[in-house]
Amino acid sequence: MPHDDHDHPHALLPPEPALRVKALETILTRKGLIDPAALDEIIDTYQNKIGPQNGARVVAKAWRDPDFKSALLKDATSVVADLCYYGRQGEHMVVVENTPEQHNMVVCTLCSCYPWPLLGIPPGWYKSDAYRARAVREPRKVLAEFGVSLPATSSVRVWDSTAEIRYLVLPMRPDGTDGLSEDELAALVTRDSMIGTGLPKVPS
Amino acid sequence: MTRVHDMGGRFGDGPVHPDPDDAPVFAEEWHGRALAVTLAAGSLGQWNIDISRHARERLSPKDYSRFSYYEKWISALADLLVETGVLSEEDLRGQTSDEAHPLANRALKAEAVAGVLANGGPADRPSNVPVKFEIGQEVVTARPAANRLVDGGHTRLPIYAAGAKGRILMVHGTHVLPDSSAHQLGEAPEPLYAVVFPASQLWANPEHPEDEVVLDLWQSYLEPL
Repeated sequence: MPHDDHDHPHALLPPEPALRVKALETILTRKGLIDPAALDEIIDTYQNKIGPQNGARVVAKAWRDPDFKSALLKDATSVVADLCYYGRQGEHMVVVENTPEQHNMVVCTLCSCYPWPLLGIPPGWYKSDAYRARAVREPRKVLAEFGVSLPATSSVRVWDSTAEIRYLVLPMRPDGTDGLSEDELAALVTRDSMIGTGLPKVPS
Repeated sequence: MTRVHDMGGRFGDGPVHPDPDDAPVFAEEWHGRALAVTLAAGSLGQWNIDISRHARERLSPKDYSRFSYYEKWISALADLLVETGVLSEEDLRGQTSDEAHPLANRALKAEAVAGVLANGGPADRPSNVPVKFEIGQEVVTARPAANRLVDGGHTRLPIYAAGAKGRILMVHGTHVLPDSSAHQLGEAPEPLYAVVFPASQLWANPEHPEDEVVLDLWQSYLEPL
């Protein structure tokens, strides 16, 4: 039943990856199974509409509004749905909060699970063998490669996304940001700070 | 017992190379096409997410290791299209006909894309399997980490967490069991938990005594301690 076929059908397609994609797209289009305009729409969505700016908005709101933050930590799925950030690969959201005592970091060792509606399509490094293999075993060495060094007083909790739950890290609000607007705060929130491999920017 | 995708904890992969925040979403134009073709083909409704994940995991270890990320996607998609009978090997060879396909009426249209992506596909289901564990309870994971229904089948218990002692951190409700769903044996929903493990349960030389790893694990992967 697992179909361990040594002659995988994919070998019938051209080996060069761009041509392989093109060949399959052409076959499916000729049979009416895909609509090229739908492909353009999907690409446009993830290139231009859905990305880390969504997650940054959520973080900025949580930094400014304690009630929003406590609701977010309790039931992120419904809170982000109210902001219209529900969708594919974000059906079951959990937000985990960084504190001086605990730093959170997210990985998917088995594939590339990632909260698409809040962060978009994962960056290349998130899907790399090196990150998938090492983030769970040596998170501090991996963080150092991102230029992040944690004090020994902080523990690291790594979340391996093995089910359909998607995790977003709520980073600590940087010092010196009192009185900033939601937009100004959102501009400090990097994608990596919401994966846990980075920290927010500090206002200049 | 093992498959090549199950790489958590592995040694030898070298450094992680972070991208700048403003790197393009798709490094190559064909990456976006590969993602879009995969999503559009998925909406024909001939498989579920667990079947498609398992199709990638079933690439031969040699292919899995040498293929880039989206090469895995597109190659596993081609395999799945043939296995499910949507396409034939002749089709992939290019000896295809232009006759309308019986599934053509299910093709995802541009105007439906926004709705399909916004609706998503939740994995929680009602279940009559009673919740066995409560928050704070100590549990141990199954060993070996393996699908108990299908030899060599799909499972979401990584090898590195097999036989490890942890504690229930969250109860996520009842979710589709991938070990069953990936093999068309039914959704078999059961309780799903976030389970926290001290790093010292998983690694010979943890970096810090207080570090932890959390995994989402189904009830049938766990035993009370």
